[in-house]
Amino acid sequence: MKLDGLPWARHWPFTGAVLALSLFGVAMIYSAGVKNIPSPVTEGIWVRQAIVLLGSILVLIGLSQIPSRWFEWMAIPLYLLSLGVLAVTLVIGTGSGTAEGMRSFLNVAGFQFQPGEAAKITTALALAKLLARKADGPEHLRDLLWPVAIVGAPLALVVLQPDLGTALAFVGIFFAAIFWAGTPWPMILFTASPGLSLILSFSTWIWSAYFLSLIVGLYIYRYRLYLVESLGVILANLAAGAIAQPLWNSLQQYQRNRILVFLDPDIDPQGAGWQLVQSKVAVGSGGVLGKGFTLGTQKRLNFLPEQHTDFIFSVVGEELGFVGTSLALVFFGYLFFRMIRLAQAFDDPFSGIFVFAILGVWLTHVVVNVGMTVGVVPITGIPLPFISYGGSFLLMSWVAAGLVVGMARDVR
Amino acid sequence: MNKYHHHQRRLRAVQARMFVTTLLGLLVAVFFRAQVYRSADWSLQSESNRLRPLTLPAPRGTIRDRAGLPLADNVPGYSVSILSAAPDSMLSTLERMRQYLEIDGDRYRRLEEQARAGGPQPILVSVDAPFEEVAAIEERRAIFPRVLIETRPKRRYPVGEIGAHVIGSVGEINQAELDSPEFEGAEPGLIVGRSGIEWQYESTLQGEAGVRYVEVDATGRIVGSFRGFRRVEETPGQDLDLHLDRELMEWIHQIFPEGMGGAVVALEVETGGILALYSAPSYDPNVFAGVVDQEEWDRLNRDPQSPLFNRTISAKYPPGSPMKLITALVALEAGVITPSDRMPVACGGGYSYGGRVWRCWREEGHGSLDLADAIKNSCNVYFYQVGLRIGLARMLERVNDMGFGGRCGVDLPSEAAGTYPEGPEFWVRRYGYSPREGEVLNLAIGQGPIEQTPLMVAQYFLAVARDGSAPAPTLYRGAPPREGFRFDVSEEALEVVREGLRRVTRQGGTAYLSSLEHFDLLGKTGTAQSVEGRETHAWFGATAGLRGGEPEIVVVALVEFGGGGSEVAAPLVARAADFYLRGQHGIPRDTIQTLRDYINARRNTAWAVPTPEAR
Repeated sequence: MKLDGLPWARHWPFTGAVLALSLFGVAMIYSAGVKNIPSPVTEGIWVRQAIVLLGSILVLIGLSQIPSRWFEWMAIPLYLLSLGVLAVTLVIGTGSGTAEGMRSFLNVAGFQFQPGEAAKITTALALAKLLARKADGPEHLRDLLWPVAIVGAPLALVVLQPDLGTALAFVGIFFAAIFWAGTPWPMILFTASPGLSLILSFSTWIWSAYFLSLIVGLYIYRYRLYLVESLGVILANLAAGAIAQPLWNSLQQYQRNRILVFLDPDIDPQGAGWQLVQSKVAVGSGGVLGKGFTLGTQKRLNFLPEQHTDFIFSVVGEELGFVGTSLALVFFGYLFFRMIRLAQAFDDPFSGIFVFAILGVWLTHVVVNVGMTVGVVPITGIPLPFISYGGSFLLMSWVAAGLVVGMARDVR
Repeated sequence: MNKYHHHQRRLRAVQARMFVTTLLGLLVAVFFRAQVYRSADWSLQSESNRLRPLTLPAPRGTIRDRAGLPLADNVPGYSVSILSAAPDSMLSTLERMRQYLEIDGDRYRRLEEQARAGGPQPILVSVDAPFEEVAAIEERRAIFPRVLIETRPKRRYPVGEIGAHVIGSVGEINQAELDSPEFEGAEPGLIVGRSGIEWQYESTLQGEAGVRYVEVDATGRIVGSFRGFRRVEETPGQDLDLHLDRELMEWIHQIFPEGMGGAVVALEVETGGILALYSAPSYDPNVFAGVVDQEEWDRLNRDPQSPLFNRTISAKYPPGSPMKLITALVALEAGVITPSDRMPVACGGGYSYGGRVWRCWREEGHGSLDLADAIKNSCNVYFYQVGLRIGLARMLERVNDMGFGGRCGVDLPSEAAGTYPEGPEFWVRRYGYSPREGEVLNLAIGQGPIEQTPLMVAQYFLAVARDGSAPAPTLYRGAPPREGFRFDVSEEALEVVREGLRRVTRQGGTAYLSSLEHFDLLGKTGTAQSVEGRETHAWFGATAGLRGGEPEIVVVALVEFGGGGSEVAAPLVARAADFYLRGQHGIPRDTIQTLRDYINARRNTAWAVPTPEAR
């Protein structure tokens, strides 16, 4: 079988899942354009998404032919390049569409693209290269200093755009990568602890209880930690708890509202709360079987915000019902299982860590994006991989998939 | 330890699968809760998002006369409303609409308030917009995306001013009514009865509004069908069949003396049903059917002729001579006279009692009369003596029993209560002295402190035309019969009274010229004092039926400042009765009706021969 020699064909369950999700996305974008009073913003855009998809398929086939060694060699230069582009974006970047107020897009020869999307892949590559150097994985917290720095740099640059959604994806990359690199669970938790401290600092009592249990944890693992490391964790937690209030104050009003309405949608019923409530109404009113493809009333009558991008899953929920949403989630689950299976099959640490880093990105996107349509996660401007409308996002997702397939060329 | 040994990898792969499964599983659970478990709540909210309820006004019931002819029905009118949206957008729509639709200042301010208050209900700009204005808005549909134009039933009164007082009119519900428990659940724009039958039978005529929905988008613009869908059907109001005779009322309007005020009441003898209730001058109730034109309303209110005043039931006049019928019936019932009795004192133009002379209207006197002739001649001296036989106490007691101090109980609003002394204390209260026995002399001839509505006077004649009983006059044919008053007198005695009335329109009677070719007209003239220095009000009351047959109709007319009863009031009554009875008995109707008409038209008057009883 000639076809069997091609990596994308041999790994058809993975590429097939990616293609199926992308086609489903084009269909949903088509539906998002079907409204009672047509809007130029959403009408006919499915054609553009379909064209980008065709290009993306070619890109995947091409990338899957490139040996993964090449990417390992290129990891650090590509990473540094993308950091440079991100920095440039901060200066000359523009907003676009629904992300009008940000500096996250670059206009190159008439095309708009998001350097942040490319930076996810280069960061995953760089991180994989760094972590793969030690076969016994990061045993100590100090072994994680460089990985933190590698992820921290692009993360800081996207936070400055400010694009919190993309920043969240970098957190996903980091934890997925260090997990597959074999970092022990306690160390992962200690690394995550400043983030927890930040979140829990809204209540002094809860934060105090959390801090106490952190001290207890550090005491239990005292033989695995240097004193400096323990002190570092404690200081980082204290610092996170202390900057929470100034950080909150520095947020834009709309960002604060998104978090506040997550806790109570009635706070801002016309603004951020409106999006959340209307999305929940759309999803909930879909019921078991949905209102039918293109027939969602919330969507048709413009009650749904951002129905072609960040809230595309609300359209899925409204029109295809619980059957549609759970099937879509099962498809994503299948894709992730295939990726885990690939990583497990790799003897090579670099490929395995890279696949996990990409898994970390996609899982973060799926959980946050899908979760916000039903109000279990605060509203974040984060698209749904393969399904949301957006050229550079779709293309970069397929580039990542192409790299995964390419690395799996020797796996049977 | 090599973390990439395949055992280690498998261990982490298992952990990773568990992690992914847990996260996605939690999401599926959350969606199960939203889409399966709690879907009904969200569906409801989705429906209320996109559907705006609109009231479907129920057409009011038709009001029909005894022949089924409409007295009030409905024609399509146009209403204009603005769908609920953000207050700013509603206010600007309202502002723009003013260029095309006439909205008076008060209403405009009220609508602005409504727009600011918000709420899911559309605001009703006009319940009755002229077609040209509606068309102007319809043409500019693009700049009025949230404006809804609907046809809604509009009240029409085919007979216009002829039935205005009895049928009444309708108007838009006001704020006080909206707040009252009686109109619970009513919405602004509801058309309710304001007067007359429309008010009296409001709950029967009203019906129940329906609901339909229009689909709107997130900004409140109507999308899809403007006609709406998913209706809760409206229930039309029930039709109302009245005793009224539309043709008779139109005839009365035609023959009522031009430019004069007054009232005409016609009753069916058999049932006490009201055949006609006509008040002049009148107004056109159609002008109140939609939005009230404030100028027109002010003009009607200021008119010195008071066209809004229903003279048949709201105006009171001294009854004068027709009251003598009641005096006769009271006396017959009490047994203080017999029909053939002549009074001890013959009429010589006056009667001495209590140190003064009580005058008869005829200075040269009537001589000695029996009851029939006393009625025919309306002799005061005869009735003074009857009054004395009855006695003041008995007179007061009996007449008050009949309810002459109160109301007939007609099924209409704003019926005035009659005035009749309820007892001796009346004089003390009003004049500051105890009544002397002599007061009964005035009461016996319908003078003194007595005032009655034309409808109540018609009830006297009803008692005479029937067997002494007079049921309460009623408009609605479905209303249960109600007891009015009853005299326990023999048929022979009643026949004597009727004979007296019959002679009024025979040769020598005061209304001879109003006698009719085919029918017996049993009538009584009367005058009632009006304002100082002006003509008296003219009364004529009669009952009529086939010659030699039973009385079928009672007609009473009061013409304000009409002089003596025989000049304008009697022909009016005679012609109304003739018109009705010809219709009842299949005799072709004619404009030449009374003896006077025949003479003027030089027709054969051989039928008007004097009867043997006449002198």
